[in-house]
Amino acid sequence: MATKTIAGKTVQVNDEGFMTNPAEWTKEIAIEMAREEGIESLTDAHWKVIDYARQSAASSGASPTLRTITTGSGVSTKDLFALFPKGPAKKVAKIAGLGKPEGCV
Amino acid sequence: MADEQRKIAFICSKGNLDMAYPALVMGWAALGNGIDVTIFFTFWGMDMINKARIDHLEIPPVANASMKMNMMGVPGYVGIPQFLGAFPGMTPIATSLMNKKMKDLGVPTVREYLEMLVDGGAKLYACKMSVDMFGLKKDDFVDGVIDIVTAGDFMDMTEGAQIIFI
Repeated sequence: MATKTIAGKTVQVNDEGFMTNPAEWTKEIAIEMAREEGIESLTDAHWKVIDYARQSAASSGASPTLRTITTGSGVSTKDLFALFPKGPAKKVAKIAGLGKPEGCV
Repeated sequence: MADEQRKIAFICSKGNLDMAYPALVMGWAALGNGIDVTIFFTFWGMDMINKARIDHLEIPPVANASMKMNMMGVPGYVGIPQFLGAFPGMTPIATSLMNKKMKDLGVPTVREYLEMLVDGGAKLYACKMSVDMFGLKKDDFVDGVIDIVTAGDFMDMTEGAQIIFI
């Protein structure tokens, strides 16, 4: 298992750079991960998505799909793609310290 | 990620309910992974974007060797006799069965899936030759269909894309 030092903390990551232990995640890590994904600063709208994704993963045990996020958080598909451009599925999961979304929708 | 933007284009040529989903599922996955998506609807595939047809796609049991009665709770892989499949009402039964299964799995309807794809940035086009053949106009299509284009236009707009024919 690889590790990565981010925002001053060493965390476990898989080959694709997704964190493997959600408990190691911090808000500072999210901010740093977002920069690596090309999102300069996280707004309240970003946090709404990230917080929802983490809650959903904590209660279901699975990283949420985009549709789970839009139906559950109330953030529209359009907004989700605008907030996390070029691949929101992977970006949200990575920034929220979760694995790749489990599910096809 | 590679420097060059990955692009996928789907050609949807079928109007049966089961054949509507592949492009929707893969297209949505592609958008989620940051891949450009273009969908070209041709021939029967135009039912997927036709306002009058989009909510009424069907799956007929006739000539479908994979459709077994275990979908209806009969154990094993017992086939549906073809003459039974041809009875009036069999297609609606198979269709409602499939729609129910999809709903139970949380899979959106074709209309909703297409809206999600458009909101996610997918570009939808209808095939000019098919539109002329079926006597349709742009007004007959759901919102999100950008234009009616020729096969040549499609070739131009999908340069460098991976093309999937369904």
